[in-house]
Amino acid sequence: MSEAFQIILLAVDSAIRLSVPLLFACLAGLYSERAGVVDIGLEGKMLIGAFAAGATASLVPNPWMGLLAAVLASVLFALVHGFASITQRGNQIVAGVAINVLASGLTAILGNAWFNQGGRTPQLQSGARFNEIVLPFAESARAIPVFGAIYAEVISGHSVLVYGALALVPLTWFILYRTRWGLRLRAVGENPAAVDTAGLSVTALRYSAVIMAGILCGFGGAYLAIAQSAGFITDMTAGKGFIALAALIFAKWRPVPALGACFLFGLLDAVALRIQGVSFPGIGQVPVQAIQALPYLLTVVLLAGFIGKATPPRAVGVPYLKERS
Amino acid sequence: MSARPAPLWLTAGVVPLVNVAAAFLAAGLVIALIGENPLEALQIMLRGALGSQYGLGYTLYYTTSFIFTGLAVAVAFHAGHFNIGGEGQALMGGLGAALVALSLPFLPWPILLPLCVLGAALAGAAWVLIPAYLQAYRGSHIVITTIMFNFLAATLLVYLLVGPMKMAGSMAPETARFVPGATLPLMNQMAAWFGLTLTRTPLNLSFVFAILAAIMVWVLIWRTRLGYAIRTVGANPDAAVYAGIPPARITVIALLISGGLAGLMATNEILGVQGRLINEFTAGAGFVGIAVALMGRGHPFGIVLAALLFGVLYQGGAELAFDKPKITREMIIVIQGFVILFAGALEMMFADRIASLYQRFAGQRVGA
Repeated sequence: MSEAFQIILLAVDSAIRLSVPLLFACLAGLYSERAGVVDIGLEGKMLIGAFAAGATASLVPNPWMGLLAAVLASVLFALVHGFASITQRGNQIVAGVAINVLASGLTAILGNAWFNQGGRTPQLQSGARFNEIVLPFAESARAIPVFGAIYAEVISGHSVLVYGALALVPLTWFILYRTRWGLRLRAVGENPAAVDTAGLSVTALRYSAVIMAGILCGFGGAYLAIAQSAGFITDMTAGKGFIALAALIFAKWRPVPALGACFLFGLLDAVALRIQGVSFPGIGQVPVQAIQALPYLLTVVLLAGFIGKATPPRAVGVPYLKERS
Repeated sequence: MSARPAPLWLTAGVVPLVNVAAAFLAAGLVIALIGENPLEALQIMLRGALGSQYGLGYTLYYTTSFIFTGLAVAVAFHAGHFNIGGEGQALMGGLGAALVALSLPFLPWPILLPLCVLGAALAGAAWVLIPAYLQAYRGSHIVITTIMFNFLAATLLVYLLVGPMKMAGSMAPETARFVPGATLPLMNQMAAWFGLTLTRTPLNLSFVFAILAAIMVWVLIWRTRLGYAIRTVGANPDAAVYAGIPPARITVIALLISGGLAGLMATNEILGVQGRLINEFTAGAGFVGIAVALMGRGHPFGIVLAALLFGVLYQGGAELAFDKPKITREMIIVIQGFVILFAGALEMMFADRIASLYQRFAGQRVGA
């Protein structure tokens, strides 16, 4: 097998790992924004989820309990966001900022007070984490040229959350475009008054979407703390919630392109990690910051309307006020 | 019963106070949750922030940064936009000041220093130009673009500080020191000119700039034609068109002013204290500006008060973390989060209730 092929396989493998938290957060944002609630609190919900997962898994050495705690914590924050933006009709963006700031402060202070490790949660044993699953025949398949290597290196050897995240893409597509709830969700993000006229509750629909976003951010946080790493680290989301938001815009609020956008941004991250200090013939060293900046730069260019137009759901960000007679 | 409008002292006085009180109550619960006494913590904070010349100097030094970033958010708010990019604009302000200071060191200080301050403001404004243009003329949401520009500013600064602008021979990501003529005098140095002795703290001349900026913003928003245009666009862009005010152009101008104010935050940290450009010098001041602007309800007077409160929190929080290791400095971030939540996102939660209480009370008095 050629060396270049091996390098590509490893890059794709690491891109998948890096894009999974983006994918969870991106799909979370997709449900919320498709229902008309802007969500810039993805970062905070993932962070509090990661903390809850790390803390719980260190006390109860079971990753599923960690995941459950992550989902509960993240949903709690989502409900605060929902209460402010749906019930109180407050500014959804300000509510999202509050969620992010609160999560960043609370995880640091509670982590430090409870575990005395400078904001970290204790290092997890292997049984308390989601471990990598080796798919059947991965080793024996290596003998098969090309496909065997792809199967063993790229497809096999991820945690259950990675496969879960990938399965979520077609599932979200199906929910959004083929179920009644999905249709109503999309409608409430475009024209809530019409949904109201049809006798459906705008409030209930939007809350359900916000809770869905909370659940998925919890999954993303749990992935960071108890699958990718062995414990929570202060500020471990490191802007992933915002990259996910960029990916959501890039995907124009659609699930399948969301997978592509998250994979692209994950790949950029993987490449940035690999090329550090590597000199390319003719170009010399590429500054790693140039590649780190690409997701943000691409999103701005897209938003500027130079590469297609990203049109958000029509009622996004607008609180719904039922007119009283 | 006809509802009489709630008076100003209620909407601009009591309601914000109740919102902030709710935020502090929530923060107190967090302190209790980790097994410390909230009242004792409050006492340590207040003593640490206001109990000595040293503490007060630091408090006002923090206040300076928050006045600038708070004003930045407020000016954009008046035009109906949420400039969440104060952090990135302040970073670029530092870059602007540093570029002037490092490239023109031969100039005498009366020329160099104003140019450095101007450099900070212009660079901050320049960093919001693209998001502002895209918002005004292409409809791309300013919140998203300024978030992206925050990350772009941070990566650009890291690139410059580990690469082209890095001081030769230094391990840290920082530029060479500026010439003395490009730095602002500390308050204790200025006091010495008048024969006064003050404890040495980072408080510097930029505090005076911050107060002047607050006054100028007040004049701009409520006493000029441009300010009127900004408020009209913020209140109703369609009505602005009928009044002959071009919303797109006013949006860009308001956001440029906002970016310039955020850029001026660098005068405190870079020209006043560091005397060189360092990485991540904003330390979240851009985001504190959001809380400050919400708490001060967009009015410069309120913003100065709110910035002072956050100055107390930052300095007091540092003392608190020293006395009570369990309450780390992140406690300030928690309080900040609750302030943004209660004074921003949930601002109407108590307002309606307070207003109806007032109606009942006032109604009774009229009836009696």
